[in-house]
Amino acid sequence: MTISREDIEKVAVLARIRLDEEQIPELENDLGNILSLVDQLSAADTDNVEPLAHPLDAVQRLRADEVTETNQREAFQAIAPATEDGLYLVPRVIE
Amino acid sequence: MHNKSVAELSRELESGKISSVELTREFLDRIKAEDRQYNSFITVTEDHAMADAKAADEQRAAGKAGVWTGVPFAHKDIFCTNGVATTAGSKMLANFVPPYDATVTANFRAAGAVCLGKTNMDEFAMGSSNESSFFGPVTNPWGLSNGEKRVPGGSSGGSAAAIAARLVPAATATDTGGSIRQPAALCGITGLKPTYGRVSRYGMIAFASSLDQGGTMARTAEDNALMLNVMAGFDPKDSTSADRAVPDYTATLNEPLKGLRIGLPKEYFSDQLSPTMEQQVRSAVKEYEKLGATVKEVSLPHAKLAIAAYYVIAPAEASANLSRFDGVRYGYRCENPQDLNDLYTRTRAEGFGGEVKRRILVGTYALSAGYFDAYYLKAQKVRRLIQQDFINAFKEVDVLMSPVTPSPAFVQGEKTSDPVTMYLEDVFTIAVNLAGVPAMSVPAGFIDGLPVGLQIIGNYFEEARLLNAAHQFQQVTDWHQKLPQ
Amino acid sequence: MQWDIVIGLEIHVQLATKTKIFSGSSTAFGAEPNTQASAVDLAMPGTLPVPNEQAFRYAVMFGLAVNAEIGRRSVFDRKNYFYPDLPKGYQTTQLDHPIVGPGFVDVDLADGNSKRVRIHHAHLEEDAGKSLHEDFHGMTGIDLNRAGTPLIEIVTEPDMNSAEEAVAFAKKLHSLVSSIGICDGDMSQGSLRFDVNISLKPKGSDELGTRTETKNLNSFRFMEQAIAHEVERQMDILEDGGRIIQETRLYNGERDESRSMRSKEEANDYRYFPCPDLLPVVIDDVFIESARDLLPELPDERKARFKEQYGLNDYDARLLSDDARMAAFFEETAGHGKDAKLAANWVLGEFTARLNAEDKTVTQAPVTGAQLGQLVARIADNTVSSSGAKKVFEALWNRDGDNADAIIEAQGLKQVSDTGALEQMVDEVLAGMPDQVAQYQQETDPKKQKKMLGGFMGPLMKASKGQGNPKLFNEILLKKLSG
Repeated sequence: MTISREDIEKVAVLARIRLDEEQIPELENDLGNILSLVDQLSAADTDNVEPLAHPLDAVQRLRADEVTETNQREAFQAIAPATEDGLYLVPRVIE
Repeated sequence: MHNKSVAELSRELESGKISSVELTREFLDRIKAEDRQYNSFITVTEDHAMADAKAADEQRAAGKAGVWTGVPFAHKDIFCTNGVATTAGSKMLANFVPPYDATVTANFRAAGAVCLGKTNMDEFAMGSSNESSFFGPVTNPWGLSNGEKRVPGGSSGGSAAAIAARLVPAATATDTGGSIRQPAALCGITGLKPTYGRVSRYGMIAFASSLDQGGTMARTAEDNALMLNVMAGFDPKDSTSADRAVPDYTATLNEPLKGLRIGLPKEYFSDQLSPTMEQQVRSAVKEYEKLGATVKEVSLPHAKLAIAAYYVIAPAEASANLSRFDGVRYGYRCENPQDLNDLYTRTRAEGFGGEVKRRILVGTYALSAGYFDAYYLKAQKVRRLIQQDFINAFKEVDVLMSPVTPSPAFVQGEKTSDPVTMYLEDVFTIAVNLAGVPAMSVPAGFIDGLPVGLQIIGNYFEEARLLNAAHQFQQVTDWHQKLPQ
Repeated sequence: MQWDIVIGLEIHVQLATKTKIFSGSSTAFGAEPNTQASAVDLAMPGTLPVPNEQAFRYAVMFGLAVNAEIGRRSVFDRKNYFYPDLPKGYQTTQLDHPIVGPGFVDVDLADGNSKRVRIHHAHLEEDAGKSLHEDFHGMTGIDLNRAGTPLIEIVTEPDMNSAEEAVAFAKKLHSLVSSIGICDGDMSQGSLRFDVNISLKPKGSDELGTRTETKNLNSFRFMEQAIAHEVERQMDILEDGGRIIQETRLYNGERDESRSMRSKEEANDYRYFPCPDLLPVVIDDVFIESARDLLPELPDERKARFKEQYGLNDYDARLLSDDARMAAFFEETAGHGKDAKLAANWVLGEFTARLNAEDKTVTQAPVTGAQLGQLVARIADNTVSSSGAKKVFEALWNRDGDNADAIIEAQGLKQVSDTGALEQMVDEVLAGMPDQVAQYQQETDPKKQKKMLGGFMGPLMKASKGQGNPKLFNEILLKKLSG
């Protein structure tokens, strides 16, 4: 199974990972091999089979609407790359 | 002392023959002297450990000591530890010091255990050889005497190597596709991946949410039981945590095995299996028969699709779980980002290693428009078929047994040129994660002087049975006590 | 070329829960940046979501209020995209199995007709944080307090065909979610946000045109303007023979301009898949019935009750029942005033006119329902005339007296309704105006007669010092003049 350069570039944009030109051939090869492995799935007969999202057959427990969290801004922002006046800073976003 | 198990150390501490401070000091010195060869630790928390040890001794003096009080251990560097670097083996989190504990971390703290540090691992738990860590590969203590640098397995390679090298008697670990069982086998130690939902995932850095499970590693089944007593239990902070009582896993270790029905899945004993590995595994199974178990052949017809299904589902979930690593709120950030897109694309290109990037790309592809049905949805359907295979098998037998790995520890660099070659390492372990059932690896012999393991797979929430079976095996064999030179 | 306008709305409603949808952080408005952002909200490594029961309760209440099916087994999905106000790099939302299924809302239009707008579905999701665009030396600041606030997103079918219908629906929806108590209704704080999907098609055609989406309208006025603007823009393009590009646009209300949003959407494949950190949520009958019990009287139920209980016509009933606070005010007025129709007239007339003139809401009125009700009672029992009543109302509004009786007393507005006394006055006045009486009696045109009647009122009011009950005077005059 081959994956085209175009698909690799598209997917890299979706995943926000910069790729250099030199990386593409190796990725074409590696990802192609992985997809070939994965293609084995197409041989399986899955008519009328429900997808399995969770191994356990359980339902979600809901949480009571009570405040349990306190203000920990100082602790959290001590490990942040860039903050000012309590805000996280990113390069200017133009809406 | 460093050759003693957790159970033995606990008794030594209780008897007063040694203090936790002395014990901790001994292990820390050992790590300092020996770990250079293995690189099994990313962070050694010397000061914290000595402080915890002192506190443990005080607890004991006050008559408040429990089984784990003052016993040294380590955490795989995937469990968040408040105030201590938690890297997941990645440059992306090399500077990440969480201000919170994982639930598993908190549990060991409450038990009074003494954490010596954070062990090395494949980056973001993606790997089977611990060669993808930003902090350098881990070297298996086995094979070093021959001058060979072999892999310890992965992703929990650091925990496995540290235990095998007697740098620590026990360590936490995680298993998504085999990451406890495979390194346990390659390092000659005992490891357990519990049922999905048995151990809380809160604070355990996520790789693939529906497959990840925290588990135990030590040299003996008994020690694994002692660990699981601390780790298992319902956690309201984890929506996928099972609300189910936790038995005392040590209480049933000595149940006789007479009548235990063992199934050998024929798909795991195909002609692809090397004769030497088959021989080791079948010898181990023979020991079980001597203990009174019966053996029959069973089938897991869809087992051969497990790797394909896994390498869609795991990367897909990972691709979303790793989107939070963007240089904004914590972790690595590229220098001088020119704009928002540059911040994201360069932070992630520089912060993630090659295997992680490959899997994110594959996962993104599998979820993308036009491919979702053929890949993700298809894999989820195959997953149900695989689960059904296990459910059917457990109608006939109590446990399944198989090899853990195709072969013993390979040499570093041997499988890194082709990702798929590495993926095939997991051929015996991966179906277990898809179904969510518990499984163990127990030392079962040697091939060319290198350890190999026996996999024991149980039905949902039957960890006690697995530990019992492993413990009984370890009463009549001594593979688990062998030391690398 | 004649065009049909086709409009569908997507409305984001912030639920008034105490905590966020997936974490126990407070949702209180106005906190310092990032002081209500927990490890889960910040998407710290290893953190996990746990859903808020009250968010589900409110969603079910909404579903019941719009006659919708409730999703008995709903699933959360991940919608993947990158933006600094979205910490996890995905939004947890619901795609194929939402908590609320198809429903409808009936909207009363100005011309008295009713329009049914179908709800396609409503689902729960988490809100994103906020970007502050003040310049931090070339950087943007991100506040994640809002990240994780529970939203229900309501999606309508494209059933509306004019700006009027869209705004009427929007107002009804706003009133609904406010009055059932699931949202504080404060649009200035962003508690409701509207996205409008608009397309045009040739009149009578069955085929829908390409639609555009205009996002984040947070006032009814802007919605109306934005729709008008976009319809004109599309019409211009289509009449020039061009094609509409499917895109998202931002409307600037101050400048009445719109522009295409920077391609945040371009090449955005959201790669939805069920969130593996969350299990399916199962809602049972007990949960639904207890949510139903929490519903207050809904506007449609109230309107029907007003017609029945107070004998109001459809128009008045609708105007009074739509908003819970106005309805409560009316009922208090009617309760004290006894005459419900009169009470309705005063509430919808003088009272509402005053509120509008001073840009006040019902809750800000200086007059209570009890006070107005007492005034209405005094009008009904003829204690004051209608002109006198206006004076009393003025005094009440200006807080120039506690209650109607005190003001009537203080200003001497009590009108004379003693028929005996009034008859005597009429006799006296008529006796003093024999020519006009004769003229009246000889006049054959009823219209002219009616006019002449007015001529007697002046002297009568003078004779009674303005306190004669004009209605009664009229009756007595007619009686005596027709002999």
